[in-house]
Amino acid sequence: MTVEHDTSSTKFAEYSAPERLVTTEWLAANLGKPGLVVVESDEDVLLYETGHIAGAVKVDWHTELNDPVVRDYVDGKGFAELLSRKGISRDDTVVIYGDKNNWWAAYALWVFSLFGHEDVRLVDGGRDKWIAEGRELTTEKTVRPATEYPVVERDDSKLRAYKEDVLKFIGHGPLIDVRSPEEYSGERTHMPAYPDESSLRGGHIPTAQSVPWSRAVAEDGGFKPRAELEAIYLEGAGLKKGEDVIAYCRIGERSSHTWFVLNHLLGFENVRNYDGSWTEWGSAVRVPIVAGTEPGTL
Amino acid sequence: MTDTHLPERLAEFREEFLELPQEDRLELLLEFSAELPPVPDYLAGKQELYERVAECQSPVFIHIEVNDGVVAMHATAPVDAPTTRGFASILAQGITGLTADEVLAIPGDYPQTLGLTKSVSPLRIGGMTGMLVRAQRQVRAKR
Repeated sequence: MTVEHDTSSTKFAEYSAPERLVTTEWLAANLGKPGLVVVESDEDVLLYETGHIAGAVKVDWHTELNDPVVRDYVDGKGFAELLSRKGISRDDTVVIYGDKNNWWAAYALWVFSLFGHEDVRLVDGGRDKWIAEGRELTTEKTVRPATEYPVVERDDSKLRAYKEDVLKFIGHGPLIDVRSPEEYSGERTHMPAYPDESSLRGGHIPTAQSVPWSRAVAEDGGFKPRAELEAIYLEGAGLKKGEDVIAYCRIGERSSHTWFVLNHLLGFENVRNYDGSWTEWGSAVRVPIVAGTEPGTL
Repeated sequence: MTDTHLPERLAEFREEFLELPQEDRLELLLEFSAELPPVPDYLAGKQELYERVAECQSPVFIHIEVNDGVVAMHATAPVDAPTTRGFASILAQGITGLTADEVLAIPGDYPQTLGLTKSVSPLRIGGMTGMLVRAQRQVRAKR
């Protein structure tokens, strides 16, 4: 059972898929509604425990969405077990929010989408906006009865790019590098403060345009209005409507944020997230790399 | 490198984690997080006296004092980074009061032995290792 869409926002109405977002006001008014499951997904594995939206369940990217051994996501069986344990049904409306401007929330939404969970939405502005508005958090444990989520095999073909796909794509379609300018140029091989997620070489994938993920974020932490996003991605980065796009970052979380913007807000139908991203590309043997601030050629 | 030896308090903390079933260990880390000792007045707001632990995803700063051979470790980390605060708290409580030699003898893989790798992830544990290594380096420089 799905819950009706949030039609209260004129900003959302401009986006290609306004049904993919809800406002914090909408969420506050709809908490506890049958068919709605709220999910918190953060970078910090303990942040949820310090206080979360009433009734929300936690989904952790490291320990729950990733396979514990292979660098990959859980399979259909693993996902079914996870969602059953969280008390989520296949036809539930899942609304996700999180810290860090919804990086991990967008990442979780993208992983849910790999499994074809149909109705999954983000809270515009995420955890920070909810808190900034003085809305309540609770430390009370959420208890949801387990469900029987069906085993659905993951479909990577439409939303996910592998290294081999990217190699073939260079020179044929636009790549968007959403990391910081220093990571793009190769001055840094990791984000400031994230040296563990490093790579052996610095730079970017040839032809990739640099559009740091944060350019899509408005001052209130939510997404910028459509016209501003078009100025950044269409006029600025030169993307053409309807074109296939691949986005990448360092491990795939910031590019999930940009994937969300391109796919659900600007209507690019074939956007793939290259989750191997720079931690794979920057350490792979004999793949082409461009250092410096220009996109470069193959 | 001299022989390694795990000081009593740190050994106790490890016992506490390992005694718990996997799913309850995060709760204990959260308790540590809440117990991160406040920094002394003369250090409050003096960021320049601290060393930033670059291995941690959230801004965490540590400051080591060695007085008459006895070590005190102070750390600050934001409240919205409870995992990092928890790691800092374990080390600050476990290290403060030890002699410089005892701190230097703490095995570098202590963070990996707390039984948290599965529930926290190896990547996040790496932040705690960075904190320990930096604390030991400061001790070496200040003793």
